[in-house]
Amino acid sequence: MSHRILIVAEHDGTRLNPSTAKCVTCAAGIPEAEITIIVCAAEAIAVASQAASLKGVSSVLAVEHPANAHLLAATLAPQIAALAGAFSHVLGPSTTFGKDLMPRVAALLDSPQISDIMAIESATRFRRPIYAGNAIVTMEVEAGAKIVGTVRTASYQAAAPGGSAAIEKPTVNAEIPSHTRFISVSAPKSDRPDLQTAARVISGGRALGSAEAFQKTLFGLADRLGAAVGASRAAVDAGYAPNEMQVGQTGRIIAPQLYVAIGISGAIQHLTGIKDARTIVAINKDPEAPIFEVADIGLVGDLFQIVPEIERLIA
Amino acid sequence: MKRILVGIKRVVDYNVRIRVKPDASGIITDGVKLSVNPFDEIALEEALRIRERGVAEEIIVASIGPPDCQQQLRTCLAMGADRALHVEASGLVEPLVAARALLKLIEREQPFLVILGKQGIDDDNSQTGQMLAALWQRPQATFASKVELQGKKARVTREVDAGLETLEVDLPAVITADLRLNEPRYVKLPDIMKAKKKPLETVALSALGVEQRQRLRLMRFEPPPQRQKGIKVKDAAELIVALKNRGILLP
Repeated sequence: MSHRILIVAEHDGTRLNPSTAKCVTCAAGIPEAEITIIVCAAEAIAVASQAASLKGVSSVLAVEHPANAHLLAATLAPQIAALAGAFSHVLGPSTTFGKDLMPRVAALLDSPQISDIMAIESATRFRRPIYAGNAIVTMEVEAGAKIVGTVRTASYQAAAPGGSAAIEKPTVNAEIPSHTRFISVSAPKSDRPDLQTAARVISGGRALGSAEAFQKTLFGLADRLGAAVGASRAAVDAGYAPNEMQVGQTGRIIAPQLYVAIGISGAIQHLTGIKDARTIVAINKDPEAPIFEVADIGLVGDLFQIVPEIERLIA
Repeated sequence: MKRILVGIKRVVDYNVRIRVKPDASGIITDGVKLSVNPFDEIALEEALRIRERGVAEEIIVASIGPPDCQQQLRTCLAMGADRALHVEASGLVEPLVAARALLKLIEREQPFLVILGKQGIDDDNSQTGQMLAALWQRPQATFASKVELQGKKARVTREVDAGLETLEVDLPAVITADLRLNEPRYVKLPDIMKAKKKPLETVALSALGVEQRQRLRLMRFEPPPQRQKGIKVKDAAELIVALKNRGILLP
């Protein structure tokens, strides 16, 4: 039996977020998957074309409406639910976009949701982390239920380009509420790679001691390595770094090739966010710090001497 | 009366080291400390502050679960909630069932605001608030780090991957609390004594007219895969060599 999978695209109006291509890879693991991506936007064609070019995608639904200029859950959910009828699964990324939206879709469809899918065992059986990643549970959904899910993007590679799916513009019969209005988003501009998708991440903890020291110590090394900058929750709470840099259970869950934890003790909530990193390097003056239990390469010492030394050596 | 409804969940305490049962049937909870879900404590704190500013008159705290969750409801009463509703249910309560139960309480209590934690730290689902908002056909503002009430509207700052997003929602609405919304107060001993006298009403889930559907089965629990033990290097130069050996830095 083939399964028709609907994936909700995350985008900023012009570019498709890489989280969508990761959902495609996840969906392709469902037996006999036939994958459709839905792009809701004010003007959807640019993003829909990017979605159509992903390998493994058979069709793209471009849903254009002035209300879709901002991707609000209350606005999108009824449109997605209205088009979900023919699908066995409706998936979105487990980013703040998908976490906000997908349960609203699930409730409108009277569907159970599986959050943070990390592995597909069958069309109805999934594995996902619980307790901040301290346990993995295998869940089975009752036969016959339409399944809504969010995909743990750190568990999947992005689907490659090379596809050429057809783009359709369906008529959507949905009432769009006006009770929720977008006001603003503050996204600090940075020339560094995006933390979520960067191949290399340099992260700092409370041991940096101040916002000035955080910037002065880490930014140079990050630029030298072409890395994004992250921070522990302790560093964010202390005001050394803005919250969007936070890595961990309450921040980003990332899977870079290289993760360098500098002055981070390694609370379990932080480790949750970096488990899928290929190589973890830890620099900390406390040899007993829990970060060393997960580090592939550990260096005990004073970060304020070691970091400039590394920067000098790779110059 | 201007009411705020706060939903709370009894969960394994934040500081407990989670262990999977040897037969893979669940998490070890015997003899383990259980607490109010930390995000729900933040939700309650926000409601209390709104009442203290005179914008709300009554804070109702509700929980869905076995009789044991009355302990956590008492904790919430000690924090300052005015009364508690315990919806009694045994076994796994799926998020959509929890949302339907909360909707019944909303219909009964007519709150102008519902605040929940953004997720339970046990199953990490992050579903109930959004599902409730959908069933109620009202706005949702999830992952809130700042809430400003302005008459019949609320302006909510949300923690999103891109930074901070601000939404304006018409009330009533559902808000889910993120970590930085506030720091919950500590419960003082005299308040624990006072909380024993505050009203706590129990109602069965079935009496609310909500069917406890079970469409999700938890088949098997496993500990997460362990990372291989790493190496220690003694200085920056050795670190660079190790990174080159792994092909991360060019030789």
